[in-house]
Amino acid sequence: MLTIARELLDQVIAHARADHPDEACGVIAGPAASDSPQRFVAMTNAERSPTFYRFDSMEQLRVWREMDDKEEEPIVIYHSHTATEAYPSRTDISYATEPGAHYVLVSTREPDDTEVRSFRILDGVVTEEQVRVTDRTGGMIET
Amino acid sequence: MAIEVRIPTILRTFTGGAKSVEGSGNTIEALLADLDSRHAGLRDRLVDDSGLRRFVNVYLNDEDVRFLGGLSAPVKDGDTVTVLPAVAGGMR
Repeated sequence: MLTIARELLDQVIAHARADHPDEACGVIAGPAASDSPQRFVAMTNAERSPTFYRFDSMEQLRVWREMDDKEEEPIVIYHSHTATEAYPSRTDISYATEPGAHYVLVSTREPDDTEVRSFRILDGVVTEEQVRVTDRTGGMIET
Repeated sequence: MAIEVRIPTILRTFTGGAKSVEGSGNTIEALLADLDSRHAGLRDRLVDDSGLRRFVNVYLNDEDVRFLGGLSAPVKDGDTVTVLPAVAGGMR
């Protein structure tokens, strides 16, 4: 299960909408081993493509070092699909190399509705999980 | 001669869980061969027939080695090499 604040989810959705029709991507960092996403970091899609994304390599180095310095890890790795469903594709699965991360997929294929789903991807196996959205006080808003 | 090599989570199975290992060599290629002698199989995750694997980022200090000559990039004592698997994916 992914527990995430409404505000963070809104930032992910806003990023996906802003970059549509290109795929948007990014990270939500949190304290190591906490499973708690806290710090939103939008990343540049170096491919700038409607069908593929890739973190810019120098930006990734900077962000990963920053997380290391703050004793954080990538709790959420998100990206958007702009014409297909919010489900990991074959390439998403082959490039899922952070075993501890929640992979959040956003679909912006519908102009009036944004689909958000979360998955664990381990050794090529995709498992969907529930998304529990909390408000500022940590209280549950929706699941 | 000691070069620190920082290992990402997913490759720590090759280093007994260590986040960082030491190696030696005058080039990235030599360094990887040296590491592979103690951590068998590690090199294969980073290199294929055409050189450094496309979806693995290798950095020498603060630069991506793709811009420094790839496998033939020179390394020296005191350098830090960082490995990060690329974060990527797409529609298909």
